[in-house]
Amino acid sequence: MNADVKIEVRNLDVFIGNTRALRGVTIDVPARSILGIIGPAGSGKTVFLRTLNRLNDLTRGFRATGRVLLDGADILAPGADVVGIRKRVGMLFALPVPLPMSIFDNVAFGPRLAGTRSRRTLRQIVESSLKAAFLWEEVKDRLNTSSLRLSGGQQQRLCLARVLAMEPEVILLDEPCSGLDPVSTARIEEALAELKARYTIILVTNNTKQAARVACNTAFFLMGELVEVGPTSKIFISPSDPRTNDYVIGKFG
Amino acid sequence: MVVRWIAERAVKWVLIALAFSALASLLLIAVFIFKEGVPFIVRVGLKDFLLSSEWDPQAGRFGVFAMIVASLCVTFGAMIVGAPLGVAGAIFLNEFVSRRITRIVKPAIELLAGIPSVVYGFIGVVAVAPLIREHLGGPGLSLLCASLILGVMVLPTIMSVAADAISSVPNSYREGALALGATRWQSVRMVILKAARSGIVAGVILGLGRAVGETMAVIMVAGNTVQVPGSVLDPVRTLTTNIALEMGHATGLHRQALFATGVVLFVVIMILNALTMAAMKRGHAGK
Repeated sequence: MNADVKIEVRNLDVFIGNTRALRGVTIDVPARSILGIIGPAGSGKTVFLRTLNRLNDLTRGFRATGRVLLDGADILAPGADVVGIRKRVGMLFALPVPLPMSIFDNVAFGPRLAGTRSRRTLRQIVESSLKAAFLWEEVKDRLNTSSLRLSGGQQQRLCLARVLAMEPEVILLDEPCSGLDPVSTARIEEALAELKARYTIILVTNNTKQAARVACNTAFFLMGELVEVGPTSKIFISPSDPRTNDYVIGKFG
Repeated sequence: MVVRWIAERAVKWVLIALAFSALASLLLIAVFIFKEGVPFIVRVGLKDFLLSSEWDPQAGRFGVFAMIVASLCVTFGAMIVGAPLGVAGAIFLNEFVSRRITRIVKPAIELLAGIPSVVYGFIGVVAVAPLIREHLGGPGLSLLCASLILGVMVLPTIMSVAADAISSVPNSYREGALALGATRWQSVRMVILKAARSGIVAGVILGLGRAVGETMAVIMVAGNTVQVPGSVLDPVRTLTTNIALEMGHATGLHRQALFATGVVLFVVIMILNALTMAAMKRGHAGK
């Protein structure tokens, strides 16, 4: 096993009901960098992402074969500690999901689950997480107001802060900017650029330009298959598969 | 054009009239009860009526204090039995079992609401009361028996309203909490119950209303002795059962006294509703 590989996916097949959502995906996710995943709708990007933190367990009819090794341990194995995996692999959804509680409680949710009770420690975690998500300056005076009062862009950064507060090892982002305006998107991308020094990040995006801007490596999915993966510059400038080329220059999708 | 305008107008006024007819019947009921009952209260004196426990129509004694206490105790007891079971059942059906089982169990529990209250009373008399008498002592027909029976009666109301509230919590909340490393139970306790709180409270209020007003089952299982209960094993008589038991043969002042009992019942229900509404509002303000 390569020391710099955080997640090794080997021959991953996923079925949802009778539909084959992923076909034999094999990919290495390098540690402390951003892997961008692009591909048209229905290509299995989100299913792939949700397999990595076992959130697909909630999907009815979900079945996976193959191996997904997180630091060498198979997270699809029958005895795997699902809750523990989700604590190590944080996730940000397409639509921001602020929980119906205050800003402070949202960010403190993960640490509290992990058993942190001290008010002082929680406050420190909340402050540093909000700072890392570039939200602190906007909300520092109203941490006790409801998170539902924030704007969409702020909510998404709140969700990012909430993920960071868990101190995960991997962060999965499922089209985190699809509902955001360009300024909010820039804020999120700014945060990601700093976070990649410490976290392994996988970014699913429908916006190929976003992948080109922030991803170190990019993978292209099409109809449940991993067509190609490589350094972002190579994927966008000289892809080896013609289908990748068609997609990134905007011929389809 | 003119015809259409008239039709629009007509529909509007008909709907307004229909909407107000519900309000009007409520008003009429209130006016009727108050008209019959209030003169009596004035005559006997509010203090003697509300704060005395002596109810002896033949001797001209009309004190309803014991019945007020009994009504509150029975209702409270029913909520202790019914609310936790109802809410727990709603959580279980929504969060912990497969949809197939929910489809069987939920209608079955809702069917409980369709069983006539006299049948509940019957079960209380032949099954629950003897159990209480043998194992806990007392006459069996008691505050405890009434609470248990009423608790089961309000269960379907509370459960189905709470279950609807819980199932309308967006799935994204569930996923959000689980993705943060919450266990199933943690996500229910820390997120889903919070999001569904107002619906759950609404279910409990509905159950409460049903418990305060229930008469038939209570007559059969509560023992009907006019007294302030000293323990849950004592027989009690509630405001509703008092009216039902004596209306048939009451005349004159006695009859007026029963209307006055109705006034008290009316006010008690209003106060309970106001309290729960206030509790609900406070819950919202915290959001």
